[in-house]
Amino acid sequence: MTTSHAEPVHGGLPHEPEKATAEGRNKVLAFWLFLGGEAVLFGTLFATFLALRGQTNEGPTANELFHLPLVAAATFFLLVSSLTSVFAIQAMHRNHPAMLRNWLLVTVVLGLCFLGLEIYEFTQYVRHEQFGMTTSAFSSAFYTLVGFHGAHVAFGILWISLLIGQLGYKGLTVVTAPKIYVSAMYWHFIDVVWVFIFTVVYLLGKVG
Amino acid sequence: MDWITTVDHKKIAILYLWAGGLFFGIGGIEALLIRWQLIKPMNDFVDAQTFNELITMHGTTMIFLGVMPIIFALMNAVIPLQIGARDVAFPFLNALGFWTFLFGGLLLNLSWVMGGAPDAGWTSYTPLSTSAYSGTHGVDFYTIGLQIAGLGTLIGGINFLATVITMRAPGMSYMRMPMFAWTTFITSAIILFAFPAITVGLVLLTFDRILGANFFEPGAGGSPVLWQHIFWIFGHPEVYILILPAFGIISEVIPTFARKRLFGYSSMVFATILIAFLGFMVWAHHMFTTGLGPVANALFAVSTMLIAVPTGIKIFNWLFTLWGGSVRFTTPNLFASGFIPTFTMGGVTGVMLASAPADFQFHDTYFVVAHFHYVIVGGLVMGLFAGLHYWWPKMFGRMLNETLGKWTFWTFIIGFHLTFFVQHFLGLMGMQRRVFTYLPNQHFDTLNLVSTIGAGLMGVGTLIFLTNIIVTSRKPPDAADDPWEDGRTLEWSIPSPPPEYNFKQTPLVRGLDALWKEKMAGNKGMTPAEPVGSIHMPSATPLPFIMSVGIFIAGFGFMFSRDDFGGGFVSFLFNNYIVTGLGLLITFGSMLLRSLVDDHGWHIEPEELEGR
Ligand code: HEM
Ligand SMILES: [Cu+2]
Repeated sequence: MTTSHAEPVHGGLPHEPEKATAEGRNKVLAFWLFLGGEAVLFGTLFATFLALRGQTNEGPTANELFHLPLVAAATFFLLVSSLTSVFAIQAMHRNHPAMLRNWLLVTVVLGLCFLGLEIYEFTQYVRHEQFGMTTSAFSSAFYTLVGFHGAHVAFGILWISLLIGQLGYKGLTVVTAPKIYVSAMYWHFIDVVWVFIFTVVYLLGKVG
Repeated sequence: MDWITTVDHKKIAILYLWAGGLFFGIGGIEALLIRWQLIKPMNDFVDAQTFNELITMHGTTMIFLGVMPIIFALMNAVIPLQIGARDVAFPFLNALGFWTFLFGGLLLNLSWVMGGAPDAGWTSYTPLSTSAYSGTHGVDFYTIGLQIAGLGTLIGGINFLATVITMRAPGMSYMRMPMFAWTTFITSAIILFAFPAITVGLVLLTFDRILGANFFEPGAGGSPVLWQHIFWIFGHPEVYILILPAFGIISEVIPTFARKRLFGYSSMVFATILIAFLGFMVWAHHMFTTGLGPVANALFAVSTMLIAVPTGIKIFNWLFTLWGGSVRFTTPNLFASGFIPTFTMGGVTGVMLASAPADFQFHDTYFVVAHFHYVIVGGLVMGLFAGLHYWWPKMFGRMLNETLGKWTFWTFIIGFHLTFFVQHFLGLMGMQRRVFTYLPNQHFDTLNLVSTIGAGLMGVGTLIFLTNIIVTSRKPPDAADDPWEDGRTLEWSIPSPPPEYNFKQTPLVRGLDALWKEKMAGNKGMTPAEPVGSIHMPSATPLPFIMSVGIFIAGFGFMFSRDDFGGGFVSFLFNNYIVTGLGLLITFGSMLLRSLVDDHGWHIEPEELEGR
């Protein structure tokens, strides 16, 4: 059995430190599998939303509610954060722990901007539009789908922040690298999900 | 303490076995109570409400907390051994999966003593399961208990997928993998793609019940049929999650005791994959009567019947394996051979049900009950008995008593057919399922009596099996490495029970039925693929246990978050989600701890290996 070594190999890190140990490779593989399950999870939520999106129960409709500029701004933050997480992984592959940390920080900040906008959006709906979880089947489906995604973003922010902390006192090793790599995979995944939400929930809600 | 902190797959297998066995016992008692209520017309042994709780908990317990964990027990005990691995890919997650299953199951069963069990059937159909029709916390126990237990299953599934993909011994290509390893692999893939659907379904139902959402509330635009779609898009694949491992077990047991290689190995592999694939496309055959329309009904009927093709391939391959073999009818092989006709009968009634127009007659009658018990009990449970008798010596180092084993088999299979064969006719005569009693003189009386007697006999069979376990555990552990003498796969090449590290040296696999191949070449055992060296082991840890306790507490907190405990401190704790938060804090805290404290495990050195 391959053993895990916390120390960098031969003083420096291998080119792809996340795949340097059997544990790391297993972790990346299992995370791909996990994302497969997550895809089914969101798929089911999307199907539910599509089935119920017209059922507004005399409450606000999608067209009345959504304010595209706000959503577009949120989308922008999230898409860019995906890009910055790519930069982070590139920095990792070039063995630049400081750069890596900085790009991760930028990613987290952008994620926070997204989350802030989403919270603002939700409170607006609840306060001014009388649009809450219990209003209609549409509202339930909307908050559950978008809220699930938001919870994923929040979890991702927490996770990456903790990894930044860990990077600080453990450094970049073949143990920490897979964790960072996997968190970046996660971050891309919730970004892709958001693209679908933007299209299916917001664009279709405005024009469909 | 040892058991709480263990991450050894062989010990986790035993934990799964005991926990699954416990729930199996509870579910069995529930079944006997149901049958006792139905023993005669107009019986008043239990009232309608209790009856609903009994059938709901029986189905839910048996499927999610009884047979699934026992399947996981066998997978954990056998898979790493069969593929020549020292462990699963993620020992920590393995333990976590077990503990979340256990605490989810405990939560669900606490409903009996905490104000009422779920009462909307194991399928929890809306609107029956909404607060309007199910006013106790019963269904909340169902949604949250299953959610937690389901998490464990999902973790287990991912772990087995990764294990099979990455941990196979040198030379073990996919097409040299034992059938049980194959079915475990495919089953895990089904788990991965089916369980998230029920996860979502349970969340939606929870939100409807606890947060006042409207997913299934027609008055506010929701759709009760949506629940059925979500439930069955998980639920149909689930039945293959149950049966494929049984197929795997049968495919191990029969070649061993027929002393022949499995007939049509590669067609078995492809049949398994095909069944899994088709299994995802037929969910609506449970919904023919909801009014999907003739086109949808026809499509789902045809795709359902297609599954009979790969299933038939399997049946014939087992028969051809037995054909002309020097067959030994040991207890495991009795169960395996009994499996074939019994399961086939279940398949035949399945095809009958798949005919949509006919299903309008059969639906929600005892015919359906007979069908799924033929496949689940006559198929899966018989398969599990075969597997348990077969691998018991490997797991515990002791051979189960053969005489008692044969008694178990005969009482169980006779009881089984008595119980369920007559139910086909009850259904055809119009007896509805899920109704707590029936009127006299509808020709239901005698057949119900027979059915109840049969159930008693199955209970006797189970008791004999328990006796066998107790008798066996008093004997010294003296099983040989290859106690059946005709073992074909890698698990029979190492001691019974295996040492903590399984293989002193990873074996080199040179063909299908790796051990058999070496035996035929006149070798005494496997050729090692590596020199004796230091072996890395993961360390024991209580964190999986603690994390699951946290989830358990959080689930409780959430469930009672809207309750009024007469005001005061307790209400304050629950209504402000403080209990929920505390539970989550425990879980996330443990996760944090796990990621902060580097755990390098420990090593077993060569001197120690030799000095055994
Ligand atoms: C050739 C294979 C099979 C076919 C064609 C088939 C077909 C069907 C159909 C059409 C129904 C719906 C009947 C109704 O509700 O009116 C049904 C119900 C059911 N089947 Fe099968 N089946 C097959 C194999 C299996 C297997 C292998 C299992 C489990 C291991 C299984 C478990 C069940 C269960 C649990 C139900 C009842 C669900 C409920 O309403 O509570 N079936 N089957
Ligand atoms: Cu089905």
